[in-house]
Amino acid sequence: MKPAARHLLGIEDLDPREIVQFLDTAEVFFDVSRRRVRKVPTLRGKTVINLFYEASTRTRTSFELAGKRLSADVVNISASSSSASKGESLYDTLKTLEAMRPDVIVVRHPHSGAPHFIARHTQAGVVNAGDGTHEHPTQALLDAFTIRRAKGRIGELVVTIAGDIAHSRVARSNIHLLTRLGARVRVCAPRTLLPVGVEALGAEVFTDFDAALEGADVVMMLRIQHERLTEALIPSTREYSRTYGLTAKRLSAARPDAIVMHPGPMNRGVEIDPSVADGRQSVILDQVEAGVALRMAVLYLLAAEVGQSPLT
Amino acid sequence: MTAAPEIVLDGPAIAATLDQMALAIATKFKPSTPVALVGIRRGGVPLAEALGARLSAQHRRNVLRGAVDITLYRDDAATALPNPLIGRSDIAFELAERVIVLVDDVLYTGRTVRAALDALLDYGRPKAVSLAVLIDRGHRELPIAADFIGLSLDTEADARVEVVMGPEGPERVELRRR
Repeated sequence: MKPAARHLLGIEDLDPREIVQFLDTAEVFFDVSRRRVRKVPTLRGKTVINLFYEASTRTRTSFELAGKRLSADVVNISASSSSASKGESLYDTLKTLEAMRPDVIVVRHPHSGAPHFIARHTQAGVVNAGDGTHEHPTQALLDAFTIRRAKGRIGELVVTIAGDIAHSRVARSNIHLLTRLGARVRVCAPRTLLPVGVEALGAEVFTDFDAALEGADVVMMLRIQHERLTEALIPSTREYSRTYGLTAKRLSAARPDAIVMHPGPMNRGVEIDPSVADGRQSVILDQVEAGVALRMAVLYLLAAEVGQSPLT
Repeated sequence: MTAAPEIVLDGPAIAATLDQMALAIATKFKPSTPVALVGIRRGGVPLAEALGARLSAQHRRNVLRGAVDITLYRDDAATALPNPLIGRSDIAFELAERVIVLVDDVLYTGRTVRAALDALLDYGRPKAVSLAVLIDRGHRELPIAADFIGLSLDTEADARVEVVMGPEGPERVELRRR
């Protein structure tokens, strides 16, 4: 079942035309974010709830600013300070919030599929801000936006995604999106950090990092998600860093104009050397800036859809 | 059945009308006053171009040009159909100390101009703003008036007035009665 357009639950649900529409709309909001008055009155009177069951600085702040720059009222709820810590179920939390008539609920949850559950039980639009190891669609969209601005296109580019692919919703959403727009996606990790069946998503699989970097246009580094590791999948952080850490020397195998990306949070000195993270080819802070514009586009397009079916 | 549209202005008449409007703008503002023409997307942009070209060719006045898109400023933005085709606003100059002439093709309810004023003022604080329209067709819903009017037209509220654009700019103005 394809969810209604008032939700953004995953990149898997989107066709290339819808993806490009998000990117094109974000260009306009990128302009707004660079003006002196970084605010438009578009969503005045609308309410956005950020419901975060996992720690987040970047994504939550980005959604909060996106909502505020559209003049929506934004409320942040984090699980540690909410009734969830007193044992309230997700369903009851949702019904309580629903009674306050939000227009859009942005949700991050450690369980894959939680945003889909919420979407089935609310009249608000739902944005998945990361669910377990499943998807993180706005991250993939802002990554694509950043790549398109840096490279002028996405099709035909060689994109190497390296790190903890198995536990990464960022990797999953990016593989869906980039392959859909015609990029050649490589994933690279030790076998223990590669999900079963990753080839089926259309990515080429590498375990040799140097080979994976050869001729790449885009290098996307991911951190090891220690909080999701239930067993020892890497011998040691030092060993991992030696084999899969991106150094300036390793990066020289990629195209000279290759860009380096990281969705954050970074573990400097582990998956990425500080000289690369802060180097000439890094677009890591461009990704953060793009995040606000892209999320403005998402909230704008979704809230307008919600406006079509007035809450009863 | 709708009747065939009446041609209110043809190509030469539009050209003559724009000549008069450019003259009025050049007369109203001293050459020492920095003026910029800002077209309201989409209909106002080619008209701002046409007026700017005339100010330069006929009055040796070089004025800056820009564009505002009002999609995000509409008073029905949150309830109207989502419009994924938001135009880019393009104001590449400081508004302070400058006189801005907003340009649109047809002035009707005034709601577009209200939105354009809000959009414009988010870019800065111009010295003054005035409004130039090719057609004023009446039926205002807000207290808005134009300073430079090409043609005032008596219309029924449900009639349609359209400035038809060609590759070279405005080609004709059509009035469709219901």
